[in-house]
Amino acid sequence: MKIRHSTGSGQDKIELQMTPMIDIVFQLLVFFIMTFKIVSQEGDFNIKMPLAAPNAGLPDDNDLPPMKVRLQADEDGVITGISLNEQSFSNFPSLHNYVASLIGDERGPGSNQETAEVELDCDYNLRYGEVIKAVTAVSGYIDPDSGEIVKLVEKIKFAPPRSGG
Amino acid sequence: MRIRRDRVGEIHEGDLTPMIDMTFQLIAFFMVLINFTQTEQDDRVKLPDSTLAKPPENPPDFPITLHVTRTGSVVIGGQEILELNALKPYLANEATTLELQNKATADATIIIRAHQDAATGKVQELIRLCQESNFEKFALRAKEDVGN
Repeated sequence: MKIRHSTGSGQDKIELQMTPMIDIVFQLLVFFIMTFKIVSQEGDFNIKMPLAAPNAGLPDDNDLPPMKVRLQADEDGVITGISLNEQSFSNFPSLHNYVASLIGDERGPGSNQETAEVELDCDYNLRYGEVIKAVTAVSGYIDPDSGEIVKLVEKIKFAPPRSGG
Repeated sequence: MRIRRDRVGEIHEGDLTPMIDMTFQLIAFFMVLINFTQTEQDDRVKLPDSTLAKPPENPPDFPITLHVTRTGSVVIGGQEILELNALKPYLANEATTLELQNKATADATIIIRAHQDAATGKVQELIRLCQESNFEKFALRAKEDVGN
């Protein structure tokens, strides 16, 4: 009886069809390249502001009085004045340093940091970007050593809008 | 003398392995970087920068995103609303949706994505309108400022 060997000596490679796979792989590659878009991360500043804020009793004497930050702007919305409780500042870093000195380093329950409150009083035309700068200045800073965010004032609210427009 | 002839019909295939390796690497790279979660963005809005704007660790349970364009018009769910009062039915609609899920309007978070040059008064009017619809929690969205 004749035994039929498989063709060759058994060392033959099985040829895979590469073309369809490469086709698909390139399609995928093109899809991902086309949809690729660098997006910078986004973050939120939280504000809790019910309409009729219930007056939670008389403020404690130890608490800091609410800090009223007044932002003035000209007709084009360019910022012209920053002040906190009648004290004016020339720029946001100086406002930030002042707030940081008021809050101090104490943290935890009952500390200035927990009870402090900022009310933003802005001109109607003021550019919204300046509001975010002000919120950034009062709400914290990034510790240059650790890179962590150190929080200052967490309670932020808006004064009633000024008429205009 | 013997003349060696090339066999007819034979295709000389290059080695495809390194190319496929690289291509898969590229695909993996783009797959990892692709981001479908930022679909709530709107091209009309250029957010203000802030160094403190970090992505939240706990995303809000019921976010409602409102975009405020440069001119002060509000975009909700892809619809641009020019008159602020016309937004009320949309907010009422959201409130009904929350009610169906046994949630109060105070549980929802209104995410405000306002253009950096929009008038602050417009944003404040929008907040007031939402307050009148009993929404309490707001989040002012800003873009993370990484360049220094």
